[in-house]
Order: sequence, then structure tokens, then C-alpha cells
Amino acid sequence: MNSVILVSIIMTLVAASTPILLAALGELVVEKSGVLNLGVEGMMLTGAVAGFAVAFSTGSVALGLVASVIAGIATAMIFAVLTLSLTANQVATGLALTIFGVGASSLIGAGFVGRTIDRLGPLFPEVLASHPWLRALFGHDIIVYLSLALVLGVSVFLRRTRAGLILRAVGENDASAHAIGYPVIGIRYAAIAFGGALAGLGGAYFSLALTPMWADRLTAGRGWIALALVVFSAWKPGRLLLGAYLFGAVMTFELQAKAAGITWLAPEVLAMAPYLATILVLTMMSLGRKTGRLDAPACLGKPFSVS
Amino acid sequence: MLEWRRRREPSRAMLYLSPLIAIALTMVTGAMVFTAMGYDGLTAVFDFFLVPFLEPHRWPDLGVKAAPLVMIALGLAIGFRANVWNIGAEGQYIMGAIAGTGVALATYEMSGWWILPAMALAGILGGMAWAAIPALLRVRLQVSEILTSLMLTYVAVQALYYLVRGPWKDPDGFNFPQTRMFTADQTLPVIIPETLVHLGIPLALLIAVIAWLVIEKTTAGYAVKVVGLAPAAARHGGFSAERTTWVTMLIGGGLAGLAGIFEAAGPFSQLTPQFPVGYGFTAIIVAFLGRLHPLGIVLGGVVLAATYVGGEIAQTTVRLPQAATGMFQAMLLFFLLATDVLVRYRIAFRARPAKVLP
Repeated sequence: MNSVILVSIIMTLVAASTPILLAALGELVVEKSGVLNLGVEGMMLTGAVAGFAVAFSTGSVALGLVASVIAGIATAMIFAVLTLSLTANQVATGLALTIFGVGASSLIGAGFVGRTIDRLGPLFPEVLASHPWLRALFGHDIIVYLSLALVLGVSVFLRRTRAGLILRAVGENDASAHAIGYPVIGIRYAAIAFGGALAGLGGAYFSLALTPMWADRLTAGRGWIALALVVFSAWKPGRLLLGAYLFGAVMTFELQAKAAGITWLAPEVLAMAPYLATILVLTMMSLGRKTGRLDAPACLGKPFSVS
Repeated sequence: MLEWRRRREPSRAMLYLSPLIAIALTMVTGAMVFTAMGYDGLTAVFDFFLVPFLEPHRWPDLGVKAAPLVMIALGLAIGFRANVWNIGAEGQYIMGAIAGTGVALATYEMSGWWILPAMALAGILGGMAWAAIPALLRVRLQVSEILTSLMLTYVAVQALYYLVRGPWKDPDGFNFPQTRMFTADQTLPVIIPETLVHLGIPLALLIAVIAWLVIEKTTAGYAVKVVGLAPAAARHGGFSAERTTWVTMLIGGGLAGLAGIFEAAGPFSQLTPQFPVGYGFTAIIVAFLGRLHPLGIVLGGVVLAATYVGGEIAQTTVRLPQAATGMFQAMLLFFLLATDVLVRYRIAFRARPAKVLP
């Protein structure tokens, strides 16, 4: 295989992985604080539609990205108010958030179906990416580099900073953290907002970079795969990066099989691959585990109230 | 933070009032949101929530759409009571339709009264089989049923596409991606002539009554409740969480599968790529609106059916996009969860809910 093809496979793979990496990284922080937000798919969709609508109206992809972050946070706040302030069931509320995201994005996007924009271009000038191998390093857009920086940032934050330690404490033992005097609810609000921001950005990556065209439900369940990815990562950012790129490889199967001229496998079977792979990975994670539980934060999914 | 005064006894009145409050809040918010978006918001809300009930010629359609919602929600509610989060009912619904259609295509040249029951049985088994996968993974390996059941929905959709575009494509169908039309022996009988009202509607009601009797009057129904509220106590009492997971998942899958084949053998009379319309997800809202109670679910099913019927009306009257239905449904669920907690906080959170698997 010559290097041009190999590099183009790498480029596709990185692009396919980036949105789930972003969304999963946000969810990792949320879950580290002890909250299970199943609404990732919904936040990705509101981010995707807000990003596209703003980019289409203003002609600025940068403004679109900002809008997607705001939309993601706004959607996440619905979840935060319901689960933290009203102690609603996190699973049910997360589902509601996804149903909301599907409906809202499809309603707002109704006027944009089939419209196109100029997609997000590479960050570095063309010269740097002239050679195929240099292209693999310097040919990506800004969000790809940002996602990698964020992995490093979250990793350092969780392991080396005081704030990260407090966040983990809240997720491991909310009652003790509260007794020591940390604002459990406030910290969880912040974590959920961060998760919303990254999910929104991940969603916008679909509509502004991958397919610069609006289509209904364009995230196609990637938000759920991001949730599975967090389990796969055992709540460690480094493993999350590895997992996201592995999933990216599975998700580009369909394209690569077509490119390689494999026609005996039905396209529908290839389209099943990411979802089947997710189930397989979740199963293997459970098989490979030594102790009674995965390394999930101890308070994950449990409601907390002061009274 | 909000100060909750825990009552010793939950307010019975609020228990029944809160779904109504949620519906009222949805109507008010919906009117505001759609007006802000430049539509005639008041008419939209009127079309969505009132017209389907006020115009008698809409009632058959209401029943046709409520029947699958009620059937699926009844199964889901039993699981939700036991803290088993089967959210892949949509996939089980599709698999039920696929399995039942398999029987229909195999019996294409035959006739007899037994064909329809055989299709229904295949539908139930198809849905159960699809639900058995997350059940097995959860019981044996503690894999969260939330993610696996949902992933299987996407797999089921692709399986449907594959079948209707490939092996099951109607040979006389001008290459359209759809199966043969079912024969008279393979379609659900219409029980009110000149309408779409089919046998599935009274059957959904019958299943609701049976579910109510099982939950309220039998030890099995009690066991499910205890496992959900206090898993440790349930273990001491000899109710196994594993068995509850199996039973609730299989009931949920079976009912979703039955709803699927009824929809295929009823309103559709064939399988097409347009078959999945999200009833499996909407049924989650129905279950919550009905307070996980079988008779409440019947009412909840009718209300959510109205959002589909009303959505079609509003499309023509105020040119609201079809997606508005989803928005109304999501808002309803948000308000339900909000008001539900305000009322039920005292009951629901005194006993610690079982930990949700990550």
C-alpha cells in the first residue's frame, strides 16, 4: 500500500474519531464527578444544529463552533437542573435529553436540510502539509489538535490539580466531600456544563467539518458510542484517546471496504459494525475485569441531596 | 438548595395531578416556543392536544397509534419498576416485525386461520430474542443493559434495511425496497368496518388489564417492585435480581415484538424502510406519563398518540414541521420528570435506588 493511501486512511480515521473523542472526554469528566448523563447524543445534536445554523447565517465557521459550545452547555443545563436541583432520575432525564436533542435539531434544522457551507479547513498552511507524511501530522483542522490538547489537559487536571482531586472526591464519596465542605452540587453543575460544551463541539464537528451539510440525525448514535467509550477507557483520558481512534477505525470500515473493492459484504452489515463493536468491547471489558466492579466512580448515577 | 420536607405519606392527590400539571406546562411552553419560532403557537398547541380528541373522526387513528405505544410501554414499565433500563424497545419492536414477517413470507402461498397467530408468536419470540442479549450480558457479566439494548436498535434497523433491499424484496415490486403485501390471512382483522381500527387495539387494552392484575395481585408483581426499590431486602426475601432482570427484559422484548408484528400486519401490511417511527422511544415517555401503572399507561398512550395525530394536523394548518412532535414529546417528559420529583421525592428517594450500572 503506498503512503498516499495510508495517509488518507489516517486522515479519515482521525476525522471520524474526533467527535466521539470530544463527546466522550466531556462525559468522562461528568462521570468522574459522579453523574451519569445519558443525553450525550442529544447535546451533540443541538450543538450540531446550532453550529450549522450560525455558520450558515453568518458565513463564519468559527462563530458556528462557538454557538455549538453554547448550545451544548444550554442543553446540559436542562439535565443539570432536573437531576441536581430537582433530584430527578439521571437515566430517565438523560434519555429525555436525547429525545429533546433529536426533536430540537430536526425542528431547527428543517429549514437547512441539504444546505451546504464551506467546511472547516486545515489549521496549518498548505506548505507544511505538502508531503503525505507531513499531511498526517499537519493536515488536520483546529478541532483535531484541540481535542488532543484537551485529552492532555483533562488528564493533568484530574491527576495533578487540587480542583481535579476535589472533583474525583465528589464522584467517589459525595457525602464525605459535602461533610468536608465542598459544594457537591456546584461542582457537578460545572462538570455537566463542561460535558455539554464538549458534546456540543463534537456534534458541530459532524455538521461543520465531516459533512458540511445539514442532514437529520446526522450523529447517528455516536453519542451512545461515546458513552460506551467512557466505560472502555476505565475513566482514564489516555485510554479514551486510544479507544476513540480504535472506534474511528471501525467506523471507517464501510468507506475502506468500498475503497478496497469489497462488495460481497452488504453495506448494511458494515453499517452495523460500530454498534456491534461497541457491544463486543463492553462485553470484553467485563470479562477482563478482575474485581467485582469496573473502575467506575463509586457515586456514579446516584442522586445526592443535602437534606 | 431546595428544601424538601419529606412527608410520611406521599400525596395521593399530587400523584394523579402531576401528569396533568406536566401536560399543562407542556402546552404553555409549547405555545411560547413555537410562537417565538414564528409559527402560530396557540393553534399549534390546540391542534396537538385538543383537536385529536374533539373531532370524532380522528379517534380511530388515535387508537391505532396508541395501541403499539401502550403495548411497548406496559413491558417497559415492568422493567423500570425493577430498575431494569431496557431502552432498546425500538429494536425489539423491529425484530418482532422482522420475525413475524419471516413467517408471513414463508406462508405466502398458504391459507388458514393459524397463520396470523403464528406470525404473532414469531413476533413475540423475535422481540424476546433481541431483549435476551442485553439480559444475558447484564446478568452474567454486569454489562449495562442501557447501552447494549440501545446499540442493538441500530443493528435491528440495519437488518431491516438489508432484508427489504435484499432477500425479502418484493419480486413484483418494481424494485422498490419493500416486502410483498401480506395476504388477507396475514393481516390483522379490522374490527370496525370502514376504519383502521384493528384487533390490536382491544388486545392492547386486554394486556393492560392483565398487567395490572399481575402487578397488583400477584407475588411476582410484588417481587419486581421490591427488587427495584430495595435490592438487598429483595435478596433476603428470596427474590433474585437476576431472575427479575430476565423476566422483565423478556416481557418487555416480547410485548415490543408483538407490537411490531401487529404494526406490520396492521397499518403497514408489509415491511418497508419507513417502518421504524420511534414508537419504542416514545413508549418510554408513555410509561412515565402513566406513572408506570398499567391503567395510567393506557391514558398516557392516548395522550402521546395525540401528539402524532396532532402533529399531522398542525403540519397542514400552521405548517409546523413534523419534528415538532418530537419537541412536544421531549418537553412533556422534561416536565413529567420535574413535577414527578416534586411529588414523589418523598417516596422514591427514601429507599436508595439500586445503583445504575455504568
